[in-house]
Amino acid sequence: MDKVQNNKAWFLVLPVLVLVAFSAVIPLMTVVNYSVQDTFGNNVFFWEGLGWFKDVLTSDRVHAAFGRQLAFSGIILAIQIPLGIAIAICMPKRGFWASVCLVLMALPLLIPWNVVGTIWQILGRSDIGLVGYALDQIGITWNYARNPVHAWVTVVIMDVWHWTSLVALLAYAGLQSIPQAYYQAAKIDQASRWKVFRYIELPKMQGVLLIAILLRFMDSFMIYTEPFVVTGGGPGSATSFLSIDLVKMALGQFDLGPAAAFSIMYFLVILLVSWVFYTVMTNLDKTEGR
Amino acid sequence: MAVTTDTYMPTRRRIAMPRVKARHVVMVIYLLFMLIPIYWLVKMSFQTNREILGGFTLWPHNPTLNNYRVILTDASWYMGYVNSITYVVMNTVLSLAVALPAAYAFSRYRFLGDKHLFFWLLTNRMAPPAVFALPFFQLYSSVGLFDTHIAVALAHTLFNVPLAVWILEGFMRGVPKEIDETAYIDGYSFPRFFIRIFMPLIASGIGVAAFFCFMFSWVELLLSRTLTAVAAQPIASIMTRTVSASGLDWGVLCAAGVLTIIPGALVIYFVRNYIAKGFALGRV
Repeated sequence: MDKVQNNKAWFLVLPVLVLVAFSAVIPLMTVVNYSVQDTFGNNVFFWEGLGWFKDVLTSDRVHAAFGRQLAFSGIILAIQIPLGIAIAICMPKRGFWASVCLVLMALPLLIPWNVVGTIWQILGRSDIGLVGYALDQIGITWNYARNPVHAWVTVVIMDVWHWTSLVALLAYAGLQSIPQAYYQAAKIDQASRWKVFRYIELPKMQGVLLIAILLRFMDSFMIYTEPFVVTGGGPGSATSFLSIDLVKMALGQFDLGPAAAFSIMYFLVILLVSWVFYTVMTNLDKTEGR
Repeated sequence: MAVTTDTYMPTRRRIAMPRVKARHVVMVIYLLFMLIPIYWLVKMSFQTNREILGGFTLWPHNPTLNNYRVILTDASWYMGYVNSITYVVMNTVLSLAVALPAAYAFSRYRFLGDKHLFFWLLTNRMAPPAVFALPFFQLYSSVGLFDTHIAVALAHTLFNVPLAVWILEGFMRGVPKEIDETAYIDGYSFPRFFIRIFMPLIASGIGVAAFFCFMFSWVELLLSRTLTAVAAQPIASIMTRTVSASGLDWGVLCAAGVLTIIPGALVIYFVRNYIAKGFALGRV
């Protein structure tokens, strides 16, 4: 859309700016402040330069947490995106059952994250949980508190349960916006179901899918509450993802300097990825002429 | 030609039938996967702790409402819900109030640094709460807002304002600019035009934005727990503390969990027709 050049529009943006400056810029500056200083308590600070950054960059603990985080986000995306698309295609298109599906699928999205953790914590226990008990009956001793593999599987399935619906709802909305004429044309051409998907549905869903991938990547990269409730980052540090590790460092051990340096690099990684996505998305918007 | 249609029609019907069934099967399995964990929570909330730990049951044999009674008669429990809802509503109203004019500016005007500003706003949606937990704690302590509802509401604007701007901008772009121009010619002032004419036009957008603000504020735990102690403690945080303190009363814990699902379920039910529309704009 052609927009009018008008710098007075800044006045409309001003409230947002003031609010976000208070809730984002000031705290972020505190973090920057800590990241270059050291303290021995009593609010006495010493200039530390880039020392903490060097520490964090060479720390095995951070490397390991970063590796786990990448693996987790990768697995999550690899499962949720295809599954979400498949569910969206299987959903009824309209009518009563479509509403029922929408409401039921959206339920996990609105459950507080620690309750999600609690649900799966209970479900995986072999004495009182359905899944743990069932696995026990068929001879698998399920113990996510002891066995790292079990912990990982539990956390991944929990996240699939929690968030696949978001991908599905987005893809569903993308599908809904495809005009019926496209399908009729495909029918005339006797296109196979796969070809309809590959050449009509997938390209039309491109925009919403990018957003789905972006959101799922970001949120899985920041995941804290759910694995914290289920495994507490354990066993050992098998499920200590970046946020869990960071909170341990900042609020648990009160290592402000390293934690702050860690935060800044953590944020920069996320910023970089979102910038790439944002650029791709805006370019897509332009080519589609939206 | 008659031959081809004859052979064509039956095969098509035969192929079409099983596919419809496969879709239903997939859907039913997926919905079961969604609902079984929730069922398990509900089931345990109707059981006494002794029954839960006494033996494995698929449904409550002696259903009891005692767990709910514990929560609804104890102020330290139910105040958690009041606190949570208070700051969630405050946050939703605040986010929408500042996001509406900003989204209008982004959708209608070009101005100095608009694209950078928009991206910078979005990055706040991406900021990990873990990064902000400690500085928020210090900031709100130093201005004397620690353990108040407004502190949590303000902290949650970190990710909700960008989200609201993003969603609303998408809806506003769909409103033709001629409407604005006509209104100005008719002598409407900007505030009057905005409230009387423009806001009703994007009512569904405001609904969708409110839904997402409510949702993300309601489910968040890390910041709300860090910023509160007693007076404004959210239900989620009361739950985590009870887990460690009272030796795990599973029944009460599950009842508390079930009660946290109810507001969300109600909200979904009311906006169910708009959710798909909001998603359709490709903005969440």
